[in-house]
Amino acid sequence: MNALVSLSVLGVIALISGLFSLRKMVIPISVIGLIAVIGLSVADWDSSLRWYNDMLFINNYSIVFTSLMAFTTLLIVLLYSNQADSLDVPIAETVALLIFALTGAMVMVSFSNLTMLFLGIEIMSISVYILAGSRKRDFFSNEAALKYFLMGAFATGIILFGIALLYGVTGSFHLTGIKQYVINNVNTLPSIFYAGVLLVMVGMAFKISAVPFHFWAPDVYQGAPTVVTAFMATVVKTAGIAALYRLFSEAFGDIEGYWAKTLMIISALTMTVGNISAVVQTSVKRTLAYSSIGHAGYFLLAIFSMGNNSANAILLYAAAYSLASVVLFLGVIMVEGQTKDDSFEGFNGLAKRNPLLAFGIAVALFSMAGIPPAAGFMAKFSVFSAAISKNYVWMVILAVVNSCIGIFYYFRIIKAMYMADPTSEEKLSLSSIQNTVLVLTCILTILLGIAPGLILNLI
Amino acid sequence: MISLLLVVLPIIIGIELLLIKSENVKQWAFIQSLVVFGISLVPYFSFQPTADYQFVFSQPWFPEAGLTIKLGIDGISYLLVLLTTFLTPLIILSSFKHQYKNANVFYALIMFMQAALLGVFMAMDALLFYIFWELALIPVYFLSALWGGENRVKITFKFFLYTVVGSLFMLAAIAYIYFQTPGSHSFDVAEFYTVILSDDSQRWLFWCFFIAFAIKMPVFPFHTWQPDTYTVSPTPATMLLSGIMLKMGIYGVIRWLLPVVPFGVECYGGIAVGLSIIGIVYASFLAIIQKDAKRLVAYSSIAHVGLIAAGVFVLNSQGMEGAVIQMLSHGVNVVGLFFILDIISSKTGTRQIEELGGIANKAPHFAVLFMIIMMASVALPLTNGFIGEFMLLMGVFKYSVWGAVFAGLTIILGAIYMLNTYKKVMFGPESAATIGFSDIGVNEKAVLIPIVIMIFWIGLYPKTFTDIAQPAVEQLVNIINK
Repeated sequence: MNALVSLSVLGVIALISGLFSLRKMVIPISVIGLIAVIGLSVADWDSSLRWYNDMLFINNYSIVFTSLMAFTTLLIVLLYSNQADSLDVPIAETVALLIFALTGAMVMVSFSNLTMLFLGIEIMSISVYILAGSRKRDFFSNEAALKYFLMGAFATGIILFGIALLYGVTGSFHLTGIKQYVINNVNTLPSIFYAGVLLVMVGMAFKISAVPFHFWAPDVYQGAPTVVTAFMATVVKTAGIAALYRLFSEAFGDIEGYWAKTLMIISALTMTVGNISAVVQTSVKRTLAYSSIGHAGYFLLAIFSMGNNSANAILLYAAAYSLASVVLFLGVIMVEGQTKDDSFEGFNGLAKRNPLLAFGIAVALFSMAGIPPAAGFMAKFSVFSAAISKNYVWMVILAVVNSCIGIFYYFRIIKAMYMADPTSEEKLSLSSIQNTVLVLTCILTILLGIAPGLILNLI
Repeated sequence: MISLLLVVLPIIIGIELLLIKSENVKQWAFIQSLVVFGISLVPYFSFQPTADYQFVFSQPWFPEAGLTIKLGIDGISYLLVLLTTFLTPLIILSSFKHQYKNANVFYALIMFMQAALLGVFMAMDALLFYIFWELALIPVYFLSALWGGENRVKITFKFFLYTVVGSLFMLAAIAYIYFQTPGSHSFDVAEFYTVILSDDSQRWLFWCFFIAFAIKMPVFPFHTWQPDTYTVSPTPATMLLSGIMLKMGIYGVIRWLLPVVPFGVECYGGIAVGLSIIGIVYASFLAIIQKDAKRLVAYSSIAHVGLIAAGVFVLNSQGMEGAVIQMLSHGVNVVGLFFILDIISSKTGTRQIEELGGIANKAPHFAVLFMIIMMASVALPLTNGFIGEFMLLMGVFKYSVWGAVFAGLTIILGAIYMLNTYKKVMFGPESAATIGFSDIGVNEKAVLIPIVIMIFWIGLYPKTFTDIAQPAVEQLVNIINK
């Protein structure tokens, strides 16, 4: 709870520091604050705590995801420090919104009551709607914010509808209460209960941009400022996945047979549509948007199979995916800043313009594509083996085929960086903070690939 | 310990080459790769002639996830380890005449490649095998894509995509088998050999493995990446690909396909033999009409490897033993051939057979060495090619007479295209390109003479090598026919 309270306070401090012309201090304060939040949440390790009349349930699962998301936010805030000028919204507000969104995300992974799930989603989403539109005078940014808001509001409404139905049937908002009801009435569950499960599932599918509820994602990812896109692709997605897993494993674990097939179809569609659409894109940001849709499909693979190791697999995958995304979006930010162009050509000859950045992006792409020794390989492997342990062989083969398609477009960037001639000889230099973030994420990516045990058995 | 050292040392050398950026990076790389070769000889003196893995290094990596670093050497893998460590210094030496830009990266990639290849041949853990298998791809992809010839980006990308697609299927198969192993699951090779798999699952598992290995070898119809990639790559990368990397596919079949899914092999082994034999005939005919000598050797490589694959899938000890010997011979010969083509093309500026001629008069030493290597690759008795191909054909003959008839075409057609090439390139009137051809120097001889020695050594006294592999081969044949 300390972590949650201090995170909210940190957001308010960041907001206020803008008032008192302490703008230069916003980034250092929030960095220190986020590190403190990670420390506070890890301090609760192994101490399953129930807070606020059992509204929140802090266990190792919620702690690792909280820490992962706080760490990712920290990296993004650091990247943002050089980007402040490119947005119209003052730095204090933007950072405060990022922190509020993280607070919502934290509630989403710690809920034990469906109202808290709803609140968490709302806290996170509303902050991100604003962030998506934070380039006020840019047409695409406005479009992104509006689209995201409209779609997101519908999705939240649908979730709420589902929660109401579940409450109507079971008389409880608590995960444990729902679970108890399901156990007691496993053969006589009314159809309205299943309708509730389905509606919640659909709403969550919106949030993690799963097919066929993904249409907002490419436009929003492309239109939003790249720093915000990075946040959406990492923290927002991780929160959605972790909440979905928590909900389905804790409340509906006993009626797996009823929803696993639906989720399996969504997963199959998501990875296939995401990966195939990514191939034909010309804009790197759009490609990454579709690739992020595709990754949602792999995440779902671990969720619906509900293997013994699914939670750990999701964690490892989320970590690998977030680290790689941060580096890739850093690359997009830098290239976009220099060439004003987010097509693949912008990356031409990057290896000559900035070898370190090119190498970091290459490692991130290897991780995304799932090639050893990067973390993505171990992550993919653990997700696939979670599915195989439950005999979903055909799904894994489909996922393998999709991974192959993924390699195709990830390597377009590698080819552009290393094998194409640069369009301009101008060097691309990073600030020392960006270099630090780059080197740190690279090291972590390879470390997790060589030693996944560091986080593979936490939950 | 020595097995671990053989994987780690090349990596350390590679990192060191990356860092020092010396002018003499070639010499450094060469000397250090010789050290690796020297170390790889050490196990020979304490090698026990049994089928067991020896020099085993086992260290749990993540016991919870079943991952173990387990390396070991048995007869089959030891021969391939020796092949790798023997060829790498020669490959480095053969590149001395070239000036590659960013040379330190170039040689570091070769050393990384060597580490991954040695890992593939020594891995006793399926997942570790897979990891090394994928790791081997990355250095050679960059070697070809960064230092290659015309159109390299497109061609090498096709190569990369092809091989990754294949190996991901293998990953799915490995994960599936892992969950079938009893108890707390394991990737250990011994567990994989004893695991009980249902007939139905063996059917699809066979294809998952087969596609991965067939693409790497390559077997018809999975070969389409190969001629272009061999042609466009810089010669050291071509040598790595054809001399060693290709053997990964065959080794994979011997180690991880045949003993693990015997029922699958029983069902579909015939198709595999059939595809291999079709590949032999098809590639040989295509080789005859090639105008570019490097492309010709690339196609001949498909034909030779087709025979090895056929010999492996007929599942008798002659075929298997022939395959092991022929893997060595082919590795040595093909590196020799590519080096000879490299010498010719760097001295004359062309690889087109029509534009060459009359080199024999100008360069007698070169002509003799070329002749010997060529004879070995058309399997003339007394050379290494003969021993391997004879045993392979015997194995195929026991399986099917007609199969052997068609597979035997590899020798006849091979003689046609190789002798024809030799005639056109070495004899006849001198052409504009060859008028200034000078004989080879010490450096080239230093590469070609060890190759020639190996050709005769395996050709005249193969027992040195068969003795190492035989117990392991017999045990594998027993496991398969059980």
